[in-house]
Amino acid sequence: MAVTFELNGQSKIVDVDPQMPLLWVLRDTLNMTGTKFGCGMALCGACTVHINGEAARSCITPVSSVAGKKITTIEGLSTNASHPVQVAWIEEDVPQCGYCQSGQIMSAVALLAKKPNPTDADIDDFMSGNICRCGTYQRIRKAIHRAATLQAAK
Amino acid sequence: MAQTLVLDRREFLKNSAATGVGLLIGFRLDARTADDPAGSQEKPMPNPFNAWVRITRDNHITLILAKSEMGQGVSTSLPMILAEELCVDWQQVSIEQAPTSPKIYDLGTGGSGSVASSWLPLRRAGAAAREMLITAAAQQWNVNRDTCVAQDGGILHGARKNFLSYGQLVEKASKLPVPDLTKVPLKNSQNFSIIGSELQRVDARSKSSGVAKFGIDSRVPGMQYAVIARCPVFDGKVKTFDATKAKSVSGVHDVFVIDAVAKGAFSAGGVAVVADSSWAAIQGRNALKIEWDEGPHAGESTETLHQQFLDNAAKPAQVLRNDGDANAALARSGKKIEATYEFPFAAHATMEPLNCTVHIRKDGAEAWVPTQAPQWAQDVIAGVSGLPHDSVVVHTTLMGGGFGRRYQADFVMEAAQVAKATGKPVMVLWTREDDMQHDFYRPSSYHKFSGAVESDGKLAAWKHFQTSTSIGSVWGDKGEADTGEGEFGTAAFIPYRTPNYRVEYTLAKSGVPRAWWRSVEHSSSGFVVESFVDELAVAASVDPLQYRLQQMGEDRVIPDFGNPKESKPLVTARLKGVLKLAAEKGAWGSPVEKGMGRGIAAYFSFETYTACVAEVSVVEKAVKVHRLVYAVDCGRAINPDGVRAQVESAAIYGLSALLFDAITIRGGRVEQANFNDYEMPRIADTPKIEVFVVDSSEEPTGIGEPGLPVVGPAICNALYALTGKRIRRLPIRGEDLA
Repeated sequence: MAVTFELNGQSKIVDVDPQMPLLWVLRDTLNMTGTKFGCGMALCGACTVHINGEAARSCITPVSSVAGKKITTIEGLSTNASHPVQVAWIEEDVPQCGYCQSGQIMSAVALLAKKPNPTDADIDDFMSGNICRCGTYQRIRKAIHRAATLQAAK
Repeated sequence: MAQTLVLDRREFLKNSAATGVGLLIGFRLDARTADDPAGSQEKPMPNPFNAWVRITRDNHITLILAKSEMGQGVSTSLPMILAEELCVDWQQVSIEQAPTSPKIYDLGTGGSGSVASSWLPLRRAGAAAREMLITAAAQQWNVNRDTCVAQDGGILHGARKNFLSYGQLVEKASKLPVPDLTKVPLKNSQNFSIIGSELQRVDARSKSSGVAKFGIDSRVPGMQYAVIARCPVFDGKVKTFDATKAKSVSGVHDVFVIDAVAKGAFSAGGVAVVADSSWAAIQGRNALKIEWDEGPHAGESTETLHQQFLDNAAKPAQVLRNDGDANAALARSGKKIEATYEFPFAAHATMEPLNCTVHIRKDGAEAWVPTQAPQWAQDVIAGVSGLPHDSVVVHTTLMGGGFGRRYQADFVMEAAQVAKATGKPVMVLWTREDDMQHDFYRPSSYHKFSGAVESDGKLAAWKHFQTSTSIGSVWGDKGEADTGEGEFGTAAFIPYRTPNYRVEYTLAKSGVPRAWWRSVEHSSSGFVVESFVDELAVAASVDPLQYRLQQMGEDRVIPDFGNPKESKPLVTARLKGVLKLAAEKGAWGSPVEKGMGRGIAAYFSFETYTACVAEVSVVEKAVKVHRLVYAVDCGRAINPDGVRAQVESAAIYGLSALLFDAITIRGGRVEQANFNDYEMPRIADTPKIEVFVVDSSEEPTGIGEPGLPVVGPAICNALYALTGKRIRRLPIRGEDLA
């Protein structure tokens, strides 16, 4: 079944099993590998993307459900890591293995869209769905505060 | 290495070629090798311009990275060492992963050993290249080479009159004789401009933009995706299977059995489903009907293992260490303290599920492997394909976490088997459930301690019985005759003085696979030693910090019990140093806030000294960790921020063991499957972590793991201070706090 959606500003048509999760359509059909597979059950947040601006776990999102919607992935944030959240991530040296960071960054962008100046409690609450096995959480908190400052200065 | 009593991970890395496990190790990147004239003759240092440094005529400088990047930061720290001696601008260099052929590198990455083992060899390689460039410039100018200076990627002679970039010199320099590496002049550390500076990770940008390529991101034209149905019971096998429905799933191409492989790869075998997408392969596997022969371990459970621990504790054990007469001292002691501790199996749970992409052709093979052991991967693929080693090209990719899991080759074996069968490029992908249920787990262990405290507080006896499902019994030559030395680490040479010191061990048998989990035996040894010494401090009515310092006594140097010749000894002055620093920074001795408890622990592992002060509270029968203050002495810190990052990371990994990690067994199979029943610390569980790095000019030592062993006892000692309850089994249960 052909499904049409907008991916990072470009229209895409894919002809796949309508039940196939968006994650696998992105990774295997479209070779957009920035979005990661971690658990397949919306437990870890590695696959986080934005659907119509809202953070969503692509591993449990059937592709048929995004027909006509706007999808943003990590590749769509900027072409040169210049989004304020990405800049903050680099400046705080957040990533270690880095595997979860696409999902962390997509969640952080969604958080800042709702709360431009979040408290630690806001961060802990909103980011609780994203696991980092390297335990970079302390730097993630710092980077989100830094990104908030960078965005405010824009 | 004729006599190997202890099969710890570093031993394994060094010995596995000899013991036939199958890990091929080429040039040993070890200072000791170069110090040993005989060894040097056998393995001459390759020309640094072939092995380590590539310079183009237009002065593009590429440094070779011969360890795997799994988050620990070696792609930054190791090239920093090379760049320092080479005298190049850090901003000018790019970094490239070393190939598996030719075998001039030791690519195995583990044991917190990358910086420690590469420190001197990389300095010598960088210095050799620099000296060759100086000679080339001196010859070109026809001047005395003593008048030439290496600087910013070029050679300078006189006051800026003559400057030749490395690019202009490399052709000539690379043909010069390689200097004697034991004599090549190394930079005076006072002139270091890269080593010791706070540099940003080289991969921070690519990992913040989704462009970093992990193993799972490998994409090869025409590739297929495969998942494997493995028997849920360890060592079980396929009896019969029906693939009719699986083959009818759209996108599924093939379904076939792959064999289990025993010692070495230890792969489980099973039914492979090959498809044109990961999703189709997973759907195909869900549609399989398989009848398993569950094999010899179907009766094992967490309960039967616990009973085995208790039975072993009641029987005579092997004595590994016996100074004085601990039994007699305990028998006559007026103050005898006893405690038992127990730990479950723990899973690595790397964020990137295991995967391996292999293409076996008639004339050669190519593979993309997120591995800590690239040469072992090459070996496995060569073995399965029947191809010569040098025609097997292994690309070592980034890893979404390693923690020891990716030192294994089971997932490589599976991919090689599937690729051999299909003849097409194929990625074998593990789901989270596969990862959780087919790991090589941190051993489960049980410890019984007895201590005698004299009236003046002195430690009259220390007795430590341990029974565990050892790693050595899986990987070592002795199998179930394993005597367990590798299960103790520093627990067999504690820094606290006692005339009567006894260490006993009994192997517990299990069908559950085990191997190296971050900090390995130190994860349990650090916990029990630093918990029990805290219990003794309480019994002696001495402040826990003061008690530790008192019982260490006068400064001493204690040889590593398991490997006294090759491992650095424990220098008690350095351990006291980190204890005092953590205590000072953690305001030890000052009043704690109401409802809070403070605890301390210090430990020596991977030749590094670590201490931690923890502040905790209990909220609704759950532990809340508020603050961790670390002091670490890992010798010279190459990139201090990288050191802090590793300690922060190890703290959270250790917190995971404390709060959640428990793999339980029922019917011979793992009961947990995903992050809902094997939980991870989340951002809200994360305390404020402060890491103070001792300024040191000692040789660098490990840092990926040493932050872990102290965090558990520091937190549990803080809980005791708050609640009066000792945590003696992990993970912490609510009922153990009340």
